[in-house]
Formats: sequence, structure tokens, C-alpha cells
Amino acid sequence: MLTASNLYKSFGSRRVLRGVNMEIDRGEIVALIGVNGAGKSTLLRILSTLTRADGGKISLDGNSIYKDPARVRQQIGVVLHAPMLYGSLTGRENLRFFSRMFEVADAEKRISQMLSEMNLTSRAEDLVRTYSRGMQQRLSIARALLHDPQVLLMDEPLTGLDDDSIGRLNQYLRNAAQQGKSILFATHDLERACELATRADTLHRGAIRDSLPIGDISPDQLRDRYQQVTAADQRDLTERNAS
Amino acid sequence: MKRFLDAILAIVWKDLLAERRTREIMGAMLVFALTVILIFIFAFDLSVEMRRKAAAGVIWVTLCFAGTISLNRSMSIEKDREGMDGLLLAPVDRTAIYFGKVLVNWVYILLSALIVVPVYSIFNNTNLVSWEFAGIILLGTLGYILTGTLLSMLSIQLRTRDMMLPVLLFPVVIPLLLAAVRASTIILLGGAASELHTWMLLLAGYDLLFFAVGLMVFDKLIEE
Repeated sequence: MLTASNLYKSFGSRRVLRGVNMEIDRGEIVALIGVNGAGKSTLLRILSTLTRADGGKISLDGNSIYKDPARVRQQIGVVLHAPMLYGSLTGRENLRFFSRMFEVADAEKRISQMLSEMNLTSRAEDLVRTYSRGMQQRLSIARALLHDPQVLLMDEPLTGLDDDSIGRLNQYLRNAAQQGKSILFATHDLERACELATRADTLHRGAIRDSLPIGDISPDQLRDRYQQVTAADQRDLTERNAS
Repeated sequence: MKRFLDAILAIVWKDLLAERRTREIMGAMLVFALTVILIFIFAFDLSVEMRRKAAAGVIWVTLCFAGTISLNRSMSIEKDREGMDGLLLAPVDRTAIYFGKVLVNWVYILLSALIVVPVYSIFNNTNLVSWEFAGIILLGTLGYILTGTLLSMLSIQLRTRDMMLPVLLFPVVIPLLLAAVRASTIILLGGAASELHTWMLLLAGYDLLFFAVGLMVFDKLIEE
């Protein structure tokens, strides 16, 4: 289980996170929703150990992620906005490099499997700089899944993907969740969030303002709820400022 | 330890594979280095004796400037498509990234020296190729790359990183360059063995110091 409690982060005088609390259980798929600039990417970077929070605690299965970050990084897979790939290497060489960095067992077999899962086998020997945006995103997802992580942190993972790729990825993530993996993905596409997630957490003005089990909720219902939460939060702020 | 070494070798493999394909870094370094050597040769109408005296300074200036190209470029590769984040997410001690980059840049600068020194020797009709001089080159370039890689990690975050690296780097490597030039001059022109020994010790000490500094501060340096 991934737990974050009371996370704070500022960049200069701008406070981005103001006490974020969240828990992601095994088998859960959580959509992190929020407007641009809400702090979704910052939160994901902090959870993935790339950025250090100014305050608060994060633990994975009860152990602080700062105690043994290398061990934590072995258990997480991360997809961010940038693909984190090398343009002068082929798709297969990129995965080979990361499999060495993550000490993936039976690497060649796993690489071929991931290339096949992401429908990239036919382009595996081409240089990544010749890939389209969507193909780079698919390879980036393959890179994140290569070491079979227990926790997946993804920032707008569906960006640039066609419907077929989105369907494949959704199926892969659902299977992964069924195997007990925890998945957190940031998105502002509420329709996609409803398709995939089991829960939607709303990040607004630096904190989680709402946590809603998705169940059979439609995208319109989720949108209404999201607008109610953010409007109420904005009203509170205005009243506090006025008083 | 095995995992640490594997990670270093993986980074070296990745960078050399990309370089073999693009020849971006070595190409730029060699064009630059050979141009500097030719300018020194043809711009000054020096006697053979003066050329021998100037050799150490010319070669070290050339290698340092060429080395800056490799330091800058090997870090830019990590900035493109945010490859550095991918490295930082790997479950290894992060100093492996530093030492991987040091090894790669050291290979580049040594390959440049392997071409620059014989070319200078041929054009000046003076023999610079010797085991002792090779030893000085090994020690001097290692110190330069240990320092430069550390500072290039710092400057990678800056918008003006190409400009900032030499500004940060050259003041720090002045003792190293002085020692390298003095030791090279003694080998090329002859001099007291005890003096050479002193300069060699200074070079080795500098290398050791920046090896330790890299080991201690790299993790903190790259943390946001």
C-alpha cells in the first residue's frame, strides 16, 4: 500500500501542495483529477522519489520511501510527460538499457513481451527519434512496466495514444490491478478516468478535496461532482479571505 | 557492488552506442581540437625550441576546450526527452550515474588526446609520444573530467548551461592544469625528477579529492 500523509511542497513563494493525504491499496486504480497547475505532476514526482517534499511522509508497505529509496524505486514504475528515452537508440536498445539499470531477470524475453504488449515489435529495431509521439508514449509505458513494478505512477499516460492503444493499455492496467498492483494516474480527461479507475481523487488548490469510488458513475456525474467540490472549495476560500 | 558496477557499465554502453551511431561528440571534439592545433602552428612563426616549450600548454588548452564540448553534450543527451529522470528512477546508488558519465567523458577526451598529440608531434617535428607523457595525460584528464562531470550536472538545470560550464569549471581546474602543464614540460624538455614527482603527486591528489567529492555530493547535487 502506498500512503502519503500531509505532503507539502513549494517552489519559491508558490505553494503547490498544502497537506496532501492519500492512500492507494493493492489492486486499486486511482485517477488523480484536477485542472492544469493543480499540482498533479508535482505529487507524482514526489511519490516517485524524483522530487523531495518540503514536509510530510510517504511510505510503501509501511516503510518510508526516504529510508531506502533504491529499494522503493525497484517497486515503482513511472510514466511522466517526457518519455525518458534516448532518440539515438532503437526501441529495443532503450529497453535493454533500462533492463540493465533495473536488473530485469530474463531481460530479452521480457523486452520482447513488452514490445509485443505495446504493439511495437515491428518498429523495435528503429531509432526512437523516428517514432511518432504515440509510439514514444507506448515505449515509455513499456519502459515503466519492464521490471514488473508493484506500484504504477503515470502522468497523463494516454496522451498521444490512439483508441486501439488506449484499449490495450486499459486492459493491461486492469489485469495488473487484478494481480494486486496499485495504480495512480493523473488525468483531466474525466471520461477516460471513469473507464479505467476504481476511485477518483480530486486535487484542488494543493490538497485532495474529494475521494470518490467510481463504480457505475458516468463521466457527466463525475464532472458535476468535480465542479461542486471545486466550487465549494473556492467559496470557502473567498469567505475566509473576506472575513 | 556488482549492481553498482553493472549500472556504470550500462550507462557507458548506452552512451558509446549512441555516439557510435551519431559521432556527434567525437566529431565536434576532433574538429575543434585539430583547428586549435593548426591555428597555434600556423599563426605563430616559432622556432623549433619555442615550439617544444609551448607544446605542453598548447596540448592542455586544446584538450580542456575539447573536453568541455563532450561534458556539455553528454549532459544535453540526458536533458533531451528527460533521460536524466529515467536514470534517477533506477534502483541503484545514484553515484553510479556520476561515475558512468565520468568514464564516458574520459574515454572521449583520451581518444582526442590519442589523435591530438601525434598530430602536434608530426607538424612540429618533435616527439611528444612517451609513456611518461601518457601517464600525465591519464591523470590530468581524469581530474578534469571528474570535476567537469560534477559541474555539468549542476549546470544542466540552467538555461545557459553551455555558457555556464566553462565559467564554473575553469577556475576550479586551475591547480590541475598548472600541475599538468608543469609536469608535461618537465617530461618534454627535461628537468629534475623530484620536481616531476611533486607535480605528479599534486595531480593524483587532485584526482583523489574530486573522486571523493563526487562520491559525497553527487546525490545531493541532483536532488531537486
